[in-house]
Formats: sequence, C-alpha cells, structure tokens
Amino acid sequence: MTKKFNEKAWHEYDLGFMVSKPGCAAEYRTGDWRSQRPQTNKDKCIKCGVCYLVCPEGAIVLAADGTYDFDLEHCKGCGICATECWTGCISMAEEGE
Amino acid sequence: MAKRVGIEVSLAISEAVKLANVDAIAAYPITPQTHIVEHLSELVADGELDAAFIPVESEHSAMSVCAGTSAAGARTYTATSSQGLALMNEILYIIPALRLPVVMTIANRAISGPISIWNDHSDIMGVRDTGWIAVFAENGQEAFDLSLMAFKIAEDHRVLLPISVNIDGFTLSHVIEPHEFLGQEEVDKFLPEYKPAVQLNPDAPVSMGTVGIPEIFTEAKKCQDEVLKGSEAVVKEVFAEFGEMFGREYKVVETYRSEGAETLLMTMGSVSETAMEAIDKMRDEGKAVGLIRLRLWRPFPVEALRAEMVGVKTLAVIDRAVSFGGTGGPVASEVRSALYSIDQAPYVASFIAGLGGRDITIDDFIMVVGQAERMAAEKEIHQYKMIGVRE
Ligand code: SF4
Ligand code: SF4
Repeated sequence: MTKKFNEKAWHEYDLGFMVSKPGCAAEYRTGDWRSQRPQTNKDKCIKCGVCYLVCPEGAIVLAADGTYDFDLEHCKGCGICATECWTGCISMAEEGE
Repeated sequence: MAKRVGIEVSLAISEAVKLANVDAIAAYPITPQTHIVEHLSELVADGELDAAFIPVESEHSAMSVCAGTSAAGARTYTATSSQGLALMNEILYIIPALRLPVVMTIANRAISGPISIWNDHSDIMGVRDTGWIAVFAENGQEAFDLSLMAFKIAEDHRVLLPISVNIDGFTLSHVIEPHEFLGQEEVDKFLPEYKPAVQLNPDAPVSMGTVGIPEIFTEAKKCQDEVLKGSEAVVKEVFAEFGEMFGREYKVVETYRSEGAETLLMTMGSVSETAMEAIDKMRDEGKAVGLIRLRLWRPFPVEALRAEMVGVKTLAVIDRAVSFGGTGGPVASEVRSALYSIDQAPYVASFIAGLGGRDITIDDFIMVVGQAERMAAEKEIHQYKMIGVRE
C-alpha cells in the first residue's frame, strides 16, 4: 500500500516537495480549523444540487437518495452552501471541540 | 587548447557563462557586479550567445525570473552585489527549496549603511542560511573556473541546488588579470547540456511552490538540509574532474605552507593572496606559520577543516563582516563550533578586518598572527576584535 502524505519519510517526497499528482490535496485533512459545520434538514431538501455546485472545496458529496452529504475532513465551514441553498435547509452549527 | 588572455575579471566571468551556454539570464545592474551582466547582454545582442537576456526592474524580480526560467528547464544565471542581494532575499530561500540549480555570481560589497560601494563580506553573510551552496574565488582564474564548475555542481541530480560564486567587489571584479580560457569543445565535454529532473511542462503538469502544512514542513527542511550537506561530496568530485581535465586543482579547504605550522591564519576570498605574502615573510623569518583558505562556505566543510588542525595551537580567523552582538566573526563562530569537540582544539582568535573596502596589508596579517599567539599564550577570553580601528 502506498503511504499517505503524512506517513512518508523526508526522502520519499517528490523533488522540491512539488505536487505531481493532480487532486492530491484530497489526501490532506484540511477541515480541522473549521469553527462552524454545515448540517441539512433533509426533509426540506429538493435535491437541486446547488450546494454541490457552489462549495469551493468540493466538500459536498452526492448521497444514495439524491440528497447531499458533507465531507467534513475537507469542509472549511465557510457557509456558502447555507447561504445559497434555495430552501434554507442547510444551517451552520458551532463546532463543539 | 588553453589560451592566455589578459582581461578584466568581470568579463572573464561573462565569458565563462557564455562557454557554459546558458539559456536564460535575468539581472539588474548594481556596482560592482555591473560589468558582468553588461558584457553578457552585449554577447546576447551580438548573437554570440543564444540566450534570453531578461532585463527586470529590481533584483527581487531578477531572482523571481530566475526561479521561473530554471523551473522551465533553462540553464539560468544571474549576478548581483550587496543591496541587490539583500533585495533578492525573499526569493533566495525559495530557489533551493524548489531544488532549482540557479548559478549566481556575487561581487561582494558592503551592505549599507553608511552607504558603501566597496568590498567586504557583509552581503553574503546576510544570506548565509538561505540554503545556497557558496564558494569563494581568490583571483580571476579561480573566478573563471568556479563559474564553469558551479553549473556542473548545481545541476548534478544528487544536488539540484543553487550556488553562489563569490568574488570580492573591485579588488577582484575590476582588475585585469591573465586568464587561461578554455575552448568551447573542452567545456562542452566537461559540462554537458542541462537535463532537468523535473520541469514545468504542460504535457506532464506539476505544481511547484505549494503549501507545506505542519505534517510535512519538517520533512521538507530535513530533505533540503541533507541534500545541501551531501553536495559537499559532489563539489569535491567536480573539483577533481576539473583538475584531471584542465590541470588546475581545487579543494574545499585550501592551505598554503601549512605543513608543521603551529599557528594558522584563516581567510576567505581575495585577501588570501596578500595573506600568502605575509606567510612567506614570516616563514623566511623562521616562524612556523601557515595559511588556511576556506573555499567552500556552504555547506561548511567540517571534516576537511578538522583534518588541517593536527598540531595547530593557534588559529587566527579573519572575518570581513560583523555579526553584531554575536559570539565572533561569522566565519570564526562556525570554525569554533566545528572544532569545539575535537581533541586538542586550537585556540581560535576572531578578528574583523577589511570592512567596506579598507585594505588588509601584509603588516596587518603579521600583526594579527602575533596578537593571536599572545592571546593564545595568555588564554585570553574574548569573542572578537575589530582590528585597525582608530580608538
Ligand atoms: S460550509 Fe463551505 S466548505 Fe463546507 S460544505 Fe458548505 S460550502 Fe462547502
Ligand atoms: S442546495 Fe439545499 S435544497 Fe438544493 S440540494 Fe443542496 S441542500 Fe438540497
């Protein structure tokens, strides 16, 4: 199995720590500094997909039932999805810890 | 065949850069480096050198352009001095981190203020920890030779780091000396075309200069440090290969009449030639004195220095820059650290001299040796002394 980015020894990275694989930021947990998390009242969701389109982090993923879930390892808590959602079914909750 | 040419050292460096067949030059004029890039721009304009000469509005931009051209796979060169080097500072750190083998001549000049156009080493000492390999030349021939070797060292795939070739401003850059030039064919044999390990290429895209989050930043710095330390072996290899091909020998730590010496003077750069004359004079008088000249400043050649310390009781280090409020001159501090743990380490006296263009004469060197021996005999506790100051 290939090592994750944070498991490699210093000599196992690409030359000059450049990025040679597109999309590899997905391997990094970049959601840790979020102070608010989005949550959906799925009863009100009309499955329009607007939240999916506007998330700048690509942190919204399609669920089996056609609604959308949040990838909280990468969501930054910016709240754009909550602002743009037509039906107001997304709200932002304070992160506990 | 080698031909001897009487030419200004700056122009000889330009000719070496031309022989290295560089692809890109980005530079901003600054005294006393100007003649180097001025001549290169003429060579490009006259069609004698097929390279992109990129004039920029500042040294910060010069070094930024160098990052770009080198990342694109071009053999890249620039030159600067003093304030120009200071203005490059931010980008100087980026170049080795991205593993870009840029070659730069630094015509060493005092950093202001007061404003000074004259020579000392305060410019290079200020960028000591940027991660560049740094070598020092003592005369025009060495400047020519080291300029060619610099490309080979930097571009070696075990290295891929930038390198500065330091020459003393005016005392070296502006003097006319005889140089043995090399022919294009022999240079091509010594220095083949640059083959980048990775380059910016739309067909195989990479991102250079990305964020290093805390989980990888330490690994990135460790890697940079290991590669820089490892470059010393490559420097020695390239010196040896150059010596075999062209008959001129180079070492990371050079000596002069140091056999059996109990006291060693230590210098870096063109003052070494004056120091040699002082050594001759003292040797003629029967004193067991020799000279040690640091050629490789970064990575610091710890083992090579230690190897020269057998039987040495006193080491008088001449620094041409002040580490204000520090523990010694910049070179002397390194030397003390390098020698601290060895058995029978010599007494290291740290002298600051030759600031902002002040000459260091033969008599100064003789005085320094005497003073260092007296301090060693008395085990005088000191950090550093500025010599030749009017009190
Ligand atoms: S809060 Fe921002 S980052 Fe998180 S899912 Fe919504 S739009 Fe994406
Ligand atoms: S924008 Fe709102 S309604 Fe539309 S899919 Fe997303 S959560 Fe559902």
